[in-house]
Amino acid sequence: MNNLQANRRNFLLQVGGVAGAAWMNAQWPAIVAAAEHAHQAASAKTPTKFEVLTQEQARQVEAVAAQIIPTGETPGAQEAGVVYFIDRALKTFATGAVPAYEKGIARLNELTVANCPGTKHFADASAEQQEAVLGKLVAEQSGGGGYRWLGSGDAGDFFETIRVHTIWGFLADPSAGGNRDYAGWKAIGRDPEFTFSPPFGYYDKNYPGWQAAKTEAEKK
Amino acid sequence: MTQTKVSYKPSDEVDFVIVGSGAAGGVLAKELSSNGFRVVVLEQGPYLKPEDFTHDEIKVFTQHLLTNDAKLQPNTFRKTPQDKARRQQGVMYGRCVGGSSVHFTANYWRFHEIDFVEHSKVGNIPGATLADWPITYGHLEPYYTKVEWEVGVSGLAGASPFDPPRSKPYPMPPLPVKGSGVVFERAAWKLGYHPFPAPMAILSQPRAGRDSCVCCGFCLGFGCEVGAKSSSLAAMIPVAEKTGRCEIRPNSYVSRVVVDKNGRATGVEYFDAKRNTHMQRAKAVILSANGAETPRLLLLSANSQFPDGLANSSGMVGKNLMPNSAAIALAVFEEPVNDYKGFAVSRVLHDFYELDHEKLGFYGGGGMDARFDATPASFAMGGLPPGTPRWGKQFKKALEQNFTRTFEIFCHGTSLPVEANGFSLDPDVKDAWGLPALRMTFRDHPDDLKLMAWMRERAMELLDAAGAKTKWSEPVGEQQFAVHLLGTCRMGNDPKTSVINADHRTHDVQNLFLCDGSSLVTSGRGQPTMTIQALAFRAADRITALAKSGQIQG
Repeated sequence: MNNLQANRRNFLLQVGGVAGAAWMNAQWPAIVAAAEHAHQAASAKTPTKFEVLTQEQARQVEAVAAQIIPTGETPGAQEAGVVYFIDRALKTFATGAVPAYEKGIARLNELTVANCPGTKHFADASAEQQEAVLGKLVAEQSGGGGYRWLGSGDAGDFFETIRVHTIWGFLADPSAGGNRDYAGWKAIGRDPEFTFSPPFGYYDKNYPGWQAAKTEAEKK
Repeated sequence: MTQTKVSYKPSDEVDFVIVGSGAAGGVLAKELSSNGFRVVVLEQGPYLKPEDFTHDEIKVFTQHLLTNDAKLQPNTFRKTPQDKARRQQGVMYGRCVGGSSVHFTANYWRFHEIDFVEHSKVGNIPGATLADWPITYGHLEPYYTKVEWEVGVSGLAGASPFDPPRSKPYPMPPLPVKGSGVVFERAAWKLGYHPFPAPMAILSQPRAGRDSCVCCGFCLGFGCEVGAKSSSLAAMIPVAEKTGRCEIRPNSYVSRVVVDKNGRATGVEYFDAKRNTHMQRAKAVILSANGAETPRLLLLSANSQFPDGLANSSGMVGKNLMPNSAAIALAVFEEPVNDYKGFAVSRVLHDFYELDHEKLGFYGGGGMDARFDATPASFAMGGLPPGTPRWGKQFKKALEQNFTRTFEIFCHGTSLPVEANGFSLDPDVKDAWGLPALRMTFRDHPDDLKLMAWMRERAMELLDAAGAKTKWSEPVGEQQFAVHLLGTCRMGNDPKTSVINADHRTHDVQNLFLCDGSSLVTSGRGQPTMTIQALAFRAADRITALAKSGQIQG
């Protein structure tokens, strides 16, 4: 059993109660099946066939995602299998974004040729060159975002679209097809468990319990 | 599961057809079927089960697993009745069995005494249509208690010195305190305020065959897999179905209330999942479709007898929308708070519930809570301090550092009723069923904006007192998006200025009742669902009494 399965099972078991266990027994095969495809694709050593992106496009997409969320001391977009998430998204819920990807990748390669003599593809430029080239692309396109609400992931603008998709592929629940082995959650410190009990963090560690008297005391 | 669920034919004249299965509809279904009536509940969304819920933010937030989808049901928005409305999603509500109670935060404050009598206390406020309720806190108190015990609310009675009187303690202790709650509580004490454990419609102990909260952290926006969140789906619908008298019919999108030539409702017309139309016959009709869809249905039901919409002789159907005002201040702390664990809120403060409006120069009041309700991807898109790079090494570093160290203070407050604010039918845009789309007209009363600017400053002071490393807040601006859909078919004694009476019966149609957020006369201080459900329990008592004494059939 891999980590994803182990965590889901753990969650369901800890949900506890007769109802929870019965539900798990009834639903478990379906849950595994749903998670399986994406997960197997993402964790396979040799990449499975991409369904929408060409190998060449996928290389560029993976390089852009790795610029948006780079690998460092903690896993980045690459380790999370973001490119597989994106390919699957373009096949399923984000079909409308395919033209933006095609145009965006072509434009990135043009900018690479113009700025990195002798290099044809964005993915083949050095990390520093990629950062500079992507910066130029971002400057060409409009900004976006906003507090709290998730982006739609189908903005006409390539950079905004791939940014949203990269974040999803890095941080959304692995059942969505990315966040391989919870790589994204590990990077941001989100424990992949699904049940928690207090204390949750540093500040509630030594909480003495609710003291109504305190509200009286502070009146003096 | 030996229970066989009842099912009725549309041609069966049931006692009640209820439109909507949310906070109010669920309570009414449970109460009326328990009282011996035959009930059909029509819900436009699907009947999801706990196993259909997911922690996938994409499905939930952008593919609208639990909520209305603008692609099917577009709406338009304008600031004033003089403007031409443009397509823009202005409304979000639950669209599944259980309605918005499936995905809500579950903050369950009672309204205070003041909320029912604001008009007599402060008089007229320019630009507002402030009115007293036809009932008082005292009328509603037993029903608040009923919500706490029957729906399931965790909390600590007497913990807030500002709480209105109560007849019974909470049935369960509060949920555990979160890091945000501890930090907020200490800061609030330092400033002389009175924080208290949040009353939440989430089970802190197993109850009525439901599990207690496992603190999974996917709460606001998500359905609860363990049934610990006290949604109508978890708490009310199963009881209603168990009576053997209540049918929940999902994927049933009501298009109008049908009235006969005597002006009596005979049922409702609806589309099934295949978009075939049916008419469910009933002795009485109850609309609990939410504060946007209830007035829309009344307007869609216009005919030669009721040319301005059903039950709209006052002209008040769809008016006085109060979405509650809000302001948010966020902060990053030195050590991991890990506030993603658990539920949204563990500490609340009501010191600003009743403010001195003469001194401050605006009317209103509010509550504050400490919370973290962002899930990982939504945090990455909207939870970082302004100016943080949006991609690259610094972006990632901020995610690594801040996800576990951030929480926010959420300020909730009054919306004053303004007659021009509300819902009407868009003259041009149609939904996927060919019905006129919702048109929202809204501009905050100036006092609401002043209140939020003031509350935001208090929140920033609290974050200072809490020792925040970095803090920021969103500027207060005019709202164009509503989730609290309140006041649009207000309750009142005068048929000229209100849509329903204190029994939730429409002034104009004897066997048509409305009960949901639209019934509210004032907006309270930001947490309406507790009051919507108390009203629903009370409405069920009133409607039962009327039916049993032959006063509905007339």
